Amino acid sequence: MKVLAFGVVKEIFNNSIVDVDLADGATVEKLKTLLEKKYPLLNQLGSYMISVNNEYATMNYVIQKGDEVAIIPPVSGG
Amino acid sequence: MNIDIKISVDPLQIQSCIDWVMSPQCGGINVFIGTVRNVTKGKKVLRLEFEAYQSMAMSEMNKIAKDVLEKWPVQKILIHHRTGILQTGEVPVIIAVAAAHRDAAFDACRYTIDTLKQTVPIWKKEVFEDGEIWVAAHP
Repeated sequence: MKVLAFGVVKEIFNNSIVDVDLADGATVEKLKTLLEKKYPLLNQLGSYMISVNNEYATMNYVIQKGDEVAIIPPVSGG
Repeated sequence: MNIDIKISVDPLQIQSCIDWVMSPQCGGINVFIGTVRNVTKGKKVLRLEFEAYQSMAMSEMNKIAKDVLEKWPVQKILIHHRTGILQTGEVPVIIAVAAAHRDAAFDACRYTIDTLKQTVPIWKKEVFEDGEIWVAAHP
């Protein structure tokens, strides 16, 4: 499954998209665990959110095939 | 149409934003203009780089604008945000709110910029003479 990255996360991944091996029926929480294992620097962010289809997703959201998933580090617009 | 949302790499146009919200029923327009500061915590800032998750940022800004129209008697609201490289003094964000009376315009404008800074997926990188840092993120 492809995950979009922005801002500081793009630098952690060294890429704007990463591929994650996520089982069917996996939750956002599971995705975060996988990502943090693969990219331990994510743990130093303090906090970050996952968005699904342009909406902030809760930890128990079950990711569906075709969902657009992104990592949202702390925002700093304005 | 009483909501105007835009994310653009081109310079924002202050006057046309004000012109857009101006309407005959409104007695007050409140405008917030964000500008790039030349110093952060005593360090000279060379420039800022803004990046947006375009589709989600548009959607989140739209949510804020709709919220504003529900919460306050506001006629028109505009939120424009710039992306890309900005030099000091340039304008990354303009919020313009028009209402019949000033209280609603002031309160709605304040709410809009405060909420935008918390929820809209846009990020800025500060570039200094000796390095750079994504704001609100310290890997």
